[in-house]
Amino acid sequence: MARISRQQVDRIAELARLSLEGEEAEAMERDLERILDYVADLQALDTEGVTPTAHAIALATPVRPDEAAAPMDPELVVSNAPESSGTAFVVPKVVEEEGS
Amino acid sequence: MSRDGYEVVIGLEVHTHLATESKLFSPAPVRYGDPPNHDVSPVDLALPGVLPVLNEQVIDLAIRFGLAIHGEVNRRSIFARKNYFYPDLPKGYQISQFEEPVIIGGYVEINPGDDGSRRIGLTRAHLEEDAGKSIHDAAVAGADDSLIDLNRAGVPLLEIVSEPDLRSSEEAGAYLRALRSILRYIGVSHGDMEKGQFRCDANVSLRPRGEEQLGTRTETKNINSFSNVEAAIDAEVERQAEILDDGGDVVQATMAFDPVTRRTRVLRLKENSDDYRYFPDPDLVPLVISEAQIEQVRGSLPELPAAKRVRFQEDHGLAEGDAAILTASRMLADFYEEAVGATSQSATTVAKWVLRDLLRALKIRECEIEDAKVTPASLAALIDLVEAGRLTVKSAQELVAELVAEGGDPVALMSERGLEAVSDAGLIGSAVDEAIDAHPEVVSSFQEGDQKAINFLMGRVMQKTQGKANPGRVRELLLEKLS
Amino acid sequence: MRASSLAESRARLDSGEASSVELLDASLTRAQECADLCAVVGVRPAAARAEAEAADLRRREGRLRSPLDGIPVVLKDNMVKRGEPTTCGSRILESFVSPYDATVVEKLEEAGAVVIGRSNMDEFAMGSSTESSCYGPARNPWDRTRICGGSSGGSAAAVAAGIVPAALGSDTGGSIRQPAGLCGVTGLKPTYGRVSRWGLVAFASSLDQIGPLACTAEDCAWLLSAIAGHDHRDSTSLPEPVPDFAAALSGDVSGLTIGLPRECFVEEGVDGDVLAAVHAGVAELESAGARVVEVSLPHSRYAIATYYLIATAEASSNLARFDGVRYGRRAENTRDIDDLYRRSRSEGFGAEVKRRILLGTYVLSAGYYDAYYRKAQQVRTLLRGDFEQAFSHCDVLATPTSPEIAFALGDRSDDPIRMYLSDVYTVTANLVGVPGISVPCGHVSGLPVGLQLLGRSLDEETLLRIADAFQRRTDHHLQSSPEPQ
Repeated sequence: MARISRQQVDRIAELARLSLEGEEAEAMERDLERILDYVADLQALDTEGVTPTAHAIALATPVRPDEAAAPMDPELVVSNAPESSGTAFVVPKVVEEEGS
Repeated sequence: MSRDGYEVVIGLEVHTHLATESKLFSPAPVRYGDPPNHDVSPVDLALPGVLPVLNEQVIDLAIRFGLAIHGEVNRRSIFARKNYFYPDLPKGYQISQFEEPVIIGGYVEINPGDDGSRRIGLTRAHLEEDAGKSIHDAAVAGADDSLIDLNRAGVPLLEIVSEPDLRSSEEAGAYLRALRSILRYIGVSHGDMEKGQFRCDANVSLRPRGEEQLGTRTETKNINSFSNVEAAIDAEVERQAEILDDGGDVVQATMAFDPVTRRTRVLRLKENSDDYRYFPDPDLVPLVISEAQIEQVRGSLPELPAAKRVRFQEDHGLAEGDAAILTASRMLADFYEEAVGATSQSATTVAKWVLRDLLRALKIRECEIEDAKVTPASLAALIDLVEAGRLTVKSAQELVAELVAEGGDPVALMSERGLEAVSDAGLIGSAVDEAIDAHPEVVSSFQEGDQKAINFLMGRVMQKTQGKANPGRVRELLLEKLS
Repeated sequence: MRASSLAESRARLDSGEASSVELLDASLTRAQECADLCAVVGVRPAAARAEAEAADLRRREGRLRSPLDGIPVVLKDNMVKRGEPTTCGSRILESFVSPYDATVVEKLEEAGAVVIGRSNMDEFAMGSSTESSCYGPARNPWDRTRICGGSSGGSAAAVAAGIVPAALGSDTGGSIRQPAGLCGVTGLKPTYGRVSRWGLVAFASSLDQIGPLACTAEDCAWLLSAIAGHDHRDSTSLPEPVPDFAAALSGDVSGLTIGLPRECFVEEGVDGDVLAAVHAGVAELESAGARVVEVSLPHSRYAIATYYLIATAEASSNLARFDGVRYGRRAENTRDIDDLYRRSRSEGFGAEVKRRILLGTYVLSAGYYDAYYRKAQQVRTLLRGDFEQAFSHCDVLATPTSPEIAFALGDRSDDPIRMYLSDVYTVTANLVGVPGISVPCGHVSGLPVGLQLLGRSLDEETLLRIADAFQRRTDHHLQSSPEPQ
């Protein structure tokens, strides 16, 4: 029996950068719970020693030669941008560095 | 507890740009210094519907690295998505490797000689894409905004993780230098830190001496020079020691090092560690490497720095320190060796000219050996001229600088500049006679037993002949005439 | 005037009875007549006209590019076309214009087909009814108070209503086959990797495939030949050569064995009349010379759960790029970058998409990855084993396409679980990677019923052969939906 707490829903929503308002959040909590109850079926199935399938197909690693192709026209790169400055994208100021 | 009561434990993570023409999963060019978003493909932009395709060259480079550091090449490694949101990460995930990296284990040797070499273990090395760049500087982006440039997004990185085997900031510096040297030697990376091709994160913790359990560590990220790495480690060690001395606990955190204040500060606490939700990337299949591929790379791997150093010592008879300097750069080592092959003079003689004179000329000119115009053959010819007595050491040293700058043939240059040492007995003879005549008191000193007095006379002769007289010949004649 | 099948359209072009421009004009007019169906959400009349004129010129000069040359088609709104909008039925992409072409779009262009516009779909292909589109629901041409099925509902309706002879759709858990079944047309999901995904906006990367919807299996064969093939831009694309699918349509099914998985014929799970129509269809094939046996897919009861864990997990990651930074909708007056993300995404995505992203995020999150995602991948392996075992006894499997006929619009909006169960027969093919086709096999209460056939990996030829043989002996696929009032 899966039970999703409001805190869990909030934490997941934060990871996914989604905000849920009041009613929406409650409905989501209920929906997720029902869905997870449904999938809890799988837990009963014995999969000891079974290799997970990440791909339906078995392929030799496809590669491409190390040749630089012509890049996109920078004007085209920002053509769909909600906000741009020259050929750079504009976002609200970000305070710290993430990642490597 | 006193400072000395603590053992410093350091592990380093290095991110290095692989030396490729195009990106890891996108065919866009890898270039530096272009205006924003000039080196971008639809894949780098994370447009709806795009897909990644692996650059085949990175497989070769990864294998080269794995072999060079005596690690195991994982025959089946998996690309995984590391999911998080940041504006310089266009897909909202980075394609990296998590549970199955391409290289496992290995080691790098540091401090050859001294107290014997130390092996610093490597945990793993894996392939991943670099992120784009954010520009926060208000002068460029404005007070309220940041600018995003995706030129760097998708550039291939090798993330190299060391075991927590390092015990001091000096060792850390030595490790980084050795690692970069290897990467350059095997052509895996250019390692230019100014271009961001070699970045280091330092994990530092302290523990009481004798304690086996590791202390809580902090991570100082994105340090952009070797000296800053050492300084950052020292600063962090200080900071942690103070906390522990006061009876406090070190808190796990991400730190930033300020090169101006020379201190570390907390950037982000790690208590809520990020949930990256790693899973195998469904757009890619496992990277399968065959035994044949590994053997092919093994066969084409150049001699590595450590082996070359030992060979220079044993076969060429060079001193350890000299061999170490010569092998620090593959270009320099190759230059030296080619020069040795081009002359009948001893390797130690060639080494002397390279270490004493060539390096100095390069430094003065602020240029690298690969950009200098001097060739091994021309250096060898120069050395031959000196040993044959046709050129004085001093003249030759002048010519080295000129060869570095302009290139050319030493024999021709010698004639053009009129530097040919004067060996003609008649010409030297008259200069010698003049010196003897001009300084009877010095002659007397010499004849009375002051051996060093002859140097003064030699000096006069050299001055008279504008430094071109063959010193050996001069001394010979002087001795003849004075005895 | 309704568009005829692809074969008939080609015959009319070849005989000179119609020109490509005339076919195009008829399609555009028909689209307007049937605007209430909301099958087509955007047209490109000027550009299409130029292409149709070029096709007519080629025809006059005897330089035809392919059997599809000059034929009007629609693309599902999740396949990008250079210079054209692609919205995936979502507000978050309402202003997006693609700077590049999907591989299938390039191939259609090379074949000379004329894309008249984009078809309606469930938002980001997440749905089985085409009700979650920002353009509003698509309506079933057979009964406008009912759904088309989804997520390629617009493509199915466009063919069923005679707007175009053929359309492309995408199938992740049944999104081509199920709407084809509910709208009375033929729809094929190829083997995973048979058709390039370059330019298909990803929903679940290991499950998505593009495929044709048309009036007949023969038409589907022509379309598949045009769009299939290895693509170096898609790392999951199969290197196998593409057979001449139309050449496989011999009309002969003798010597073939059809397997009926007992788990798919359980009475409680499917409407009785639908089951009867499917059985009648199978009997027809039997009388045509095919052998029918019972087989078992023991793990199929876990298929829906497995599908939803894998599909939502992959989708949660694939949809992270929709963040308001480089393209798409951005919320106004945001405080900081995280506020920008949260509000742009929350305002831009509909409820079903949000639900699936949250579920997928949960499935992958720390503490749940092994029990949910990894477990589902293991069950996938067990399902593959089931199919291998079944195919050792037969050449194709036959099942109903859906457990019921098209339900009424709005009927399932508050019931995501019941909605998900409409995919019960179709999801396994995506999980295992095998090809599947749905052909019309009857009507219940005036609404179409689909018969689904699933084949071995890379054996679309056998599927098409059986489907075509079935259509030579039956006329369900020839029935026309009622005219608009």
